[in-house]
Formats: sequence, structure tokens, C-alpha cells
Amino acid sequence: MSFRRVSLGLAAALLMGGAALPAAAQDSIYVPLFTYRTGPFAGSGTFIADGMHDYLEMLNQRDGGIGGVKLVIEECETGYDTKKGVECYEAVKGKNPVIVNPWSTGITLPLIPRAAVDKIPILSMAYGLSASARGDIFPWVFNPPTTYWDGMSMIIKYIGEKEGGLDKLKGKKIGFLHLDASFGKEPIPLLEELSKELGFEVKLYPVAAQDMQNQSSQWLSVRRDRPDYMIMWGWGSMNGGAIKEAVRSGYPMDKFLSVWWPGEDDARSGGAGAKGFKMLNWHGVGTSYPALQDILKNVVDKGLSKASKEKVGELLYNRGVYNSLLIAEAIANAQKLTGKKAVTGEDVRRGMETIKLDPARLKALGLEGFTDQITLSCDDHNGHRPAFMQEWDGTKWVKISDPIEPMSDRVKAQLEAAAKDYAEKNAGWPKRTEACDKAS
Amino acid sequence: MLYREAGQFKTTYSSDMAVFRLREDRIGIAVIVAVAYALAFVGSDFLLQAVLIPFLVFSLAAIGLNILTGYAGQLSLGTGAFMGVGAYACYKLMTAFPDVNVIVWILVSGFFSAAVGALFGLPSLRIKGFYLAVATLAAQFFLQWCFIRVPWLVNYNVSGALDAPLRTLFGVPVVGATATSQTRYLVVLTLVIVLTWLASNLVRGRIGRMWIAVRDMDLAAELMGIRLLQTKLLAFAVSSYYCGVAGALMVFLWYGGAEYDVFNINQSFFILFMVIIGGLGSLIGSFFGAALIFIMPIVLGIVLPAILSPFGLSVGAETIEHLRFMIVGALIIFFLIVEPHGLARLWQIGKQKLLVWPFPY
Repeated sequence: MSFRRVSLGLAAALLMGGAALPAAAQDSIYVPLFTYRTGPFAGSGTFIADGMHDYLEMLNQRDGGIGGVKLVIEECETGYDTKKGVECYEAVKGKNPVIVNPWSTGITLPLIPRAAVDKIPILSMAYGLSASARGDIFPWVFNPPTTYWDGMSMIIKYIGEKEGGLDKLKGKKIGFLHLDASFGKEPIPLLEELSKELGFEVKLYPVAAQDMQNQSSQWLSVRRDRPDYMIMWGWGSMNGGAIKEAVRSGYPMDKFLSVWWPGEDDARSGGAGAKGFKMLNWHGVGTSYPALQDILKNVVDKGLSKASKEKVGELLYNRGVYNSLLIAEAIANAQKLTGKKAVTGEDVRRGMETIKLDPARLKALGLEGFTDQITLSCDDHNGHRPAFMQEWDGTKWVKISDPIEPMSDRVKAQLEAAAKDYAEKNAGWPKRTEACDKAS
Repeated sequence: MLYREAGQFKTTYSSDMAVFRLREDRIGIAVIVAVAYALAFVGSDFLLQAVLIPFLVFSLAAIGLNILTGYAGQLSLGTGAFMGVGAYACYKLMTAFPDVNVIVWILVSGFFSAAVGALFGLPSLRIKGFYLAVATLAAQFFLQWCFIRVPWLVNYNVSGALDAPLRTLFGVPVVGATATSQTRYLVVLTLVIVLTWLASNLVRGRIGRMWIAVRDMDLAAELMGIRLLQTKLLAFAVSSYYCGVAGALMVFLWYGGAEYDVFNINQSFFILFMVIIGGLGSLIGSFFGAALIFIMPIVLGIVLPAILSPFGLSVGAETIEHLRFMIVGALIIFFLIVEPHGLARLWQIGKQKLLVWPFPY
């Protein structure tokens, strides 16, 4: 019977699994990337994974890494599953990672309290726990360039502008289509607060994770309620599903606005009818930037990327590039601050706090005009940067507005309360002891 | 040769009915327990935190479902939700009464889960099999809806998620970020051993026999004087108790914070597969099932690149993921074809063969 052999093999494999993982070499910087190219969110995750990977690989190919130190880039597949994400975290923890990017709010939450203990900073770029923007309470967590509360306030401001002033929103009806999870529900308190103050009515249309692709019941309600504007907070196949349903039910596309997560494929799935769909964004699309050209030349053309050439420069790909831009900048800052070549997670945390991407620096990096400037500090781990509105013209995104400033005062108040609440509920939440560096 | 019954005479009824009748078995289990405790001190963080703790947690949940499905014959798809009830109950209890030892609350939270489980077990009196599975599916969806909709359950956290505040046991942090994987593992291991021991005595005794009688033919069981309602509800309650404790352990000692989404329907299926693969109506099968379904993919994730890289094949993380799915799927089918009664039955056959080796008859 072959069973004995199978079981012996299994036992051996189990033993091997327990053996220590190979440690990263001394003269390299280990950057793990948590990605998902499988599962229900792969439609969004694949492009982000490609963008993150390719920018860092480009630095390796073009400059030999950062500051002369090669980056060891390793992907860990999470499938957007918390279980696998935590497993990934444990797997990379021993290899001296300088930063982790969970790319899922569900994975970020369990990692937040661990970051300070394991001395590994977390970069949850514009997702995760909004309250972690407060660097004095969450010294190890970063979520630049803006929070969901900022995003919501920008959308309301944009709608107000279109109507000719925020006071004109009185009596209007605004529908909020959101993923029924903490991510989608987060902006609701702010939306309700604004509705009371400005006098518009809010209709909530939650979409459960299992019916992301089938939103007919929500859109039936939309047709009945006839909201003047629709705001969407979705991810993965929910975005495409919503755009398709909106087109089918004949909702006026120019009144359908979204937070920054839909991609080209989502808009394309709506066909010609999706024209006029709007979303917030904070970085450029396309490959016209020198750094993107370098990616094409040094990575994609050499066959080192998993992305096909026409996908390079798409919205979510460039989102991944932006994510890696922050990582690379933090590592470079850390090298400057410490004078070390092979920096550690602790150094990169300091590097992150001193991020200062002004137009001159962006130009030097080959990303002039790619994105708005951003400065992080010890207290502000987010930046609360404005985003602009872009419109789908049927084939590509077109920028249609100047950067919209968030309603900072309101967002600050929400943040304050949320961060305090988190620290209070997690009794024994450590006080910040990390020293603060001056931006160089 | 080494493993044989000959020469071990039973002189009392209790020794004849013991869980481990053979000296070799007793030695074996002692060695396993000793090794399990020793691993806490020699195992790496990865092994403890990402492999063994989840394995034990899933084993406990699988034992819970096995009591209901394997022993009492009631098919349930609500396991994930019952685990959730345990986790949320534990969170509410430990934040409302922070001074009480967290281990107490983990064990108490199972009772909340048991109550909810018994409530959703009520339809089992009228419906059976797949129809009951559908009724328990309702529990899954309703409870999950509650986890999202009732902010009171998470103390009105803005993130809508459970977090693990610092809790200590004899001054050593057990729950919270500062708890080492070693302490967590020791706590989980001890709880799982104690609860497994309780379960093994439960299923061998009067109650377990009642469950088995109901499973095999409920009409005959009723004619023999077993009250169906009480028996089935007790099975639901005990099963949910185990699932609830497993859920609390999962959130507070493994993840250290979680969203409602970890208790979704996939979790229920995950546990159900463990029970089916491991062997219905077997406690050791629950451990086997958890090992195959949970540990196997992790091992493959480590072993596959190691096997492929010498051939110059560097494969991406997502290819490994696809391979994992395919291999685990193939193995499941393989094991089920070879032994439809699960890994536990294989284990039993192996032991039988070993008893007569090297002179089989």
C-alpha cells in the first residue's frame, strides 16, 4: 500500500515546515509585498501587485536598489483572506522586513497592535484604520495620502460645487452604495453628520460581500428612491457590478461618484453607458512619466514583470506604483537618517515619518506631476492630501477638477475621537516612546 | 512486534473500558502531549503562531462540529456563526469585566454560543439531513448579519472590528499584542487538551450513546426511551459550546483582532470539510482533518518552491497558491476514494494491521 509512503512523506514535510526559514542576506533590504492575484478581489489586486512589484524591481534594475543596496522583493499571496494574511505576516516576520503592506483592511486590523511589538511598520495606503493617521497614538502605522473621511468630505464638496454651493444641497437626496463591511461603513457617521447640517437626505444601500456581483435589489431600490446623487464605496468585483447595474437601470452616470478604488476594467464593464462615471484619485494615469518609462524599459521589456504592456500605467497599476514610491522614499530617508545601508524596520518607520515629497523631489524621481506633494510628520501619518475628480470618457480617465481640499476640521474631530476611543478600549495601549526626527 | 495486545490482561471493568486500553497507546499519547508541550519551547514563532495555534483552534472547532454531525447525525452549516458568537461574547465579557481572568471568559463565552446553538437547533426535531443544513444556514446568515449590524457587540468601535485588549494570566500577557506566541500556544494547547478529554468521556458515556442511537435511527432510539428533543438540543448545545470556545481562541489568541468576515459561510464549510475528511464520529479524526485541510497548504507553500527552484523554475506566489489548491483538492479526493470514512478510519486500520504485524492472519 502506498499509504505508508505518503504518510512518511507527509511527516517529513511537516518537520521541514517547522524548520527555520532562511534569513535574508545582510547586504540587502527585504521588502515583502502582500498581494492577491487569486480570489474574489484578484480583479483589482493583480494590477496593484504588478505596480508595486515593478516599481521596486525597476529600482533594482536601474539603480541597483536604493542607496546601492539591493531590494529583495517577495510576494506573499493572501487571497484577501485574513487567515492567509496573518500567515503571511508570520512567515515574513522572521526575515527582517522593513515594512508590510497588508492591502486589506481585514488583515491590517490584527496587525496594528503587533506592529509596535515586532518593530515592523505598516503601510496601509488610504485604507485600514482611519484613526491610525494619528502618529502620536499609532507610531507604527501609516495610511497616507488621505483617509476615507477626507474622501467623503471631498465628494460632498464636489457635489456642492456642482450644485452651486453647499447650501444648495438642502432637500437633495444622496444615495450611499457601500460594501457592507467596516471599510464601507466607515464614512457613514460623517455623511450623516453632514446631512443633518446641510439638510440633504441620505439613503444607504449596503451590498453584502457575497452579492457584490449581483446588485439588482439595491439598484431596484435606487430606482424607487431616485437619489439625486449616488456615492459608491466599493472594492473588487463590487465596483464593476455597480457600474453595470447603474447603466442597466439607466441611472445618470454623471451623478454617480465613487471613492478611489474602481479601475479601468470596472468602468469598461459598463460599456459605452459608463461614460460620465466619476471617481476621486490622487495620482496620474498613463506611462508618460519618466519613471514609468523606466519601468517599461527595465522591467516589462526584459520580461521581469507579470503585467502585460498595455496594463502598465492603468489606474490601479499606478496606485501600486504610488505605494512603492512611498516605500522607496521611506527607505531612502531611513538611509539618510541613520547612515546605514541595510536599514531595519525601526529605521524605515523613522524614514516614513520624514517623508517629504515636494515637486522638486518628485521631479528628481522621474514622477513630475504624477501626484500632489505630500509631507508626513510624527503626528500626522496621513497627510490628508486633497484628491481630484476624474471622469470616464468611455476609453480612459480624464481629470475634470482641481484638487479638492477635504473638510479638515470635521475630519480632524472624527479622527481625534476614533483614535482616543481605540486607545481607550485597548487598555494598556502603549504611549508613544519613539523619538521624533526632523525632516531632512 | 512492539505494538501488541498479547500479555496485557485486564482485571477490572474500568481498565477494560479505558480510553487507551493498550500500554503502547498510553505511552504514545503521553509522548505526543510531551512533544506538544516541548514544541512551545523549541518551535519557531512561525511554527507556533501560524501553524500550531490555528491547527489546535480548528481542531477544537472540528471536534465541536463532529459531536453534532459525526455523533448525533445532525448536519450543520452554522459552525462559523457559532464560533462568532463565542468570540463576540468573549469580547463583551472581557471588556465589561476586565478584572476577571480571560481564560474564565473564554470558557464562559462557550455557554452563550451553546444557548444560541440550542435555539437554532430547535428545527432539528422536525427536519433532517439537507433540510436541517438549510435551517442552520439561516443561523449562519442571521448571526453574521447581527455581527455587522449591532454595533453594541463591538462596543461601538468605529472600525467595527473586534480588538484584543491586554489581558494577563499570573502577570504574563496572554491576550493582546505583547503576548508571546509561546504563552498563547501553551494556553491554547492546555485548553484543547482539557476540552478534548472532556469530549472523549462525553461521547463514550450515556450521553454519547444516546447521540449515536439518535444518529443511527432516531425512531428506534425514541422507542427505547430516548427523548429526541433533549438529546438533539444537547448535541447542538455541546457542539456550539466547543465551536464558541474555538471562536474566542481564534480571535483573541490567534488573530488578536478580527472583522465579522472571518465568521462567514466559508469558515463553516472549512470546518465541515475537516470533519468529513478527518472522519465523522471520531475525535482523533478532527485533528487529522484539521491537519490535512489547514497545515497541508502551508507545508506545500514552503515545500513547493524548494522543490521547484533547483530545476530553475522560479514560480510566483500566485502560482504556488494555485498549485496548493490543486494538490490539496487532489489529495482530498484521493483520501476519500481510498477511505470514504476519513483519515480516522485509516488510522484505525493501520493500528489493526500493526497489532498483528509481522504475522497477519
